[in-house]
Amino acid sequence: MNELENEFYSKSVDSKYGKRIKKFTRTKESLIKFFFTINGLAALIFIILIFIFLFKEGFRALEHIGLLDFLYTTRIGADGTSETVFQWYPTSDEPRYSLIPLVLGTLLTAVPATIISTIFGVAAGIYLSEVANPKWKEFLKPLIELFAGIPTVVIGFIMLVIGASFFNDLLHPANRLNAFVASIGLSLVIIPVIASLTEDALHSIPNELRMASYGLGATKWQTISKVILPAAFSGVSASIILGFGRAIGETMIVLMAAGNAANITSNIFLSVRTMTATIAAEMGEVSQGSDHYYSLFFIGIVLFTITFILNLIAELIINKMRKKNTF
Amino acid sequence: MLELRKKKKDFVGSISIWFVRIMFFSLVIALVLLIGKIVQQGIGSISLEFILDDPKNNMTEGGIFPAIFGTIAVTLIMILLAVPLGVCSAIYLNEYAKDSFFTRIIRTSINNLAGIPSIVFGLFGLGFFILFIGRGMDDVLETGLLFGQPALIWASATLAVLVLPIVIVSTLEALNSVPKSHRDASYGLGATKWQTIKNVVLPQARPGILTGTILAISRGAGETAPILFLGAAFFLPNLPITDLCIGDYCIPIINPAKQFMYLAYHIFILATQSSNPTKTLPIQYGSTLVLIVLTFMLNITAIIFRYRFRKALGRL
Repeated sequence: MNELENEFYSKSVDSKYGKRIKKFTRTKESLIKFFFTINGLAALIFIILIFIFLFKEGFRALEHIGLLDFLYTTRIGADGTSETVFQWYPTSDEPRYSLIPLVLGTLLTAVPATIISTIFGVAAGIYLSEVANPKWKEFLKPLIELFAGIPTVVIGFIMLVIGASFFNDLLHPANRLNAFVASIGLSLVIIPVIASLTEDALHSIPNELRMASYGLGATKWQTISKVILPAAFSGVSASIILGFGRAIGETMIVLMAAGNAANITSNIFLSVRTMTATIAAEMGEVSQGSDHYYSLFFIGIVLFTITFILNLIAELIINKMRKKNTF
Repeated sequence: MLELRKKKKDFVGSISIWFVRIMFFSLVIALVLLIGKIVQQGIGSISLEFILDDPKNNMTEGGIFPAIFGTIAVTLIMILLAVPLGVCSAIYLNEYAKDSFFTRIIRTSINNLAGIPSIVFGLFGLGFFILFIGRGMDDVLETGLLFGQPALIWASATLAVLVLPIVIVSTLEALNSVPKSHRDASYGLGATKWQTIKNVVLPQARPGILTGTILAISRGAGETAPILFLGAAFFLPNLPITDLCIGDYCIPIINPAKQFMYLAYHIFILATQSSNPTKTLPIQYGSTLVLIVLTFMLNITAIIFRYRFRKALGRL
């Protein structure tokens, strides 16, 4: 395209007046290019700004509280014995800032949600890409995208008023609002994400592979399970990683349905408190500039770092897959 | 023997395919039931008064008009901020930038921005927009505490950053689908690069940009976590509007320095923190139904737009 541009400039009228126009046009074009370049950097600039402002506030927590205090607190009892506790009690007289219960709470909701979503999401992706009638698919794929657009507060609300009672009658959990209810809610959000991305990954496999497999006498399921899925393995795993990232970062569903008690437990039927819900519930009441305030920003750093790394891994996998598939 | 094995494998295969089919349709049925439940419970409380009235009696009666108004106001300003920035960003990436390490970093950061948890955007809005920009403006302009507190403009700005990747990706797809021959034809007629973009590329990409805008509105209207501490209010007696007077003529405009009510936040607060959650249940279902209908209508419009756009380009 640049050659064409140069050609345009060289062929302009070569009078004195023409030269002035040429110079003006050239300045104008380069100014416009400069303007778009600045705008083009927007996403990068915002990522850097998010990074800076999270760390700016969050690192003060390290100065005031210390890294080890985010893991455990040593309490000295009345009789002089010391015990190590893992508790999140930022508002008590001797505040305890252990992130362990919050991280465990996040995992206890996100991991089951990702497992459920992987089973349903990958199956739905396979159905859309390989099994469904192409005419149906034109209607069903947008339907799944439509479900992906349901606001998370709506899912949280449904889990709170209907889901919790339903599972309470069915399973009689220890707490009415618990990690299980929250992870079912999370699945409703993540399944469409995984399904949609899995469908993309399977769809990008060249048709020749399917034809070759059928030509060798394989049945439809053999083609899917032995040819298509292995070929799209990286794309499918990227979709699962992205789904896991969504599950960790989701706020409203866990805030409304997980019960918000900072238990250290592996029992999925107990209330838990996630990192996101802690920020959402406590940021409104905390006084700016307090240790508690900075520690909430520190949780933000942890969340940002985890999801950033997960996204980066998924991105690398997808890029690698694209390169491979173009050959 | 061979025949037998083949039949057996087919049997396993068809069972597996049925399994996949059943999984898919049970998912669709579950989601349809969920939405059906909201419609069934919420349709009773929907009326013209519900849409157009203020909440009454400590939010236990009345309508949700301020919440709808606040949602429209916030998303409107959000779009005004996000769309120009996103479109220009996409134009740079598709029209000006060459494929280099640097542009790959930008593309990666677009995808990464889309994956950051929404609550982190809330922290960012608080730390950057309110405390850094807002307080900075207060110090420079000596306005006391006017900008450095939660307000509609900061919520819109934060949501604008959140939906920026949606706008950029949609616009990129639209720009990318404009055939290279059209650009070459424009250059051949002597047009400069900017003239080509303005007169040839952008008009063809318009439906794609519109799709991105609609998707961004629907995403922004459904977000709750980022605006929790950026100015969303439990209840406000007045709408966030102010009269802009030029001489004797006054027109009401959205006041970006005020707090606001928000439909998604309204659902959250009624369900978890109101004085009587059981009594307000019809209002909660009604608000949820309004929000669902709003986002579905926007998304369906976007899907139809994209479908027609792709079909027109012969890519379907």
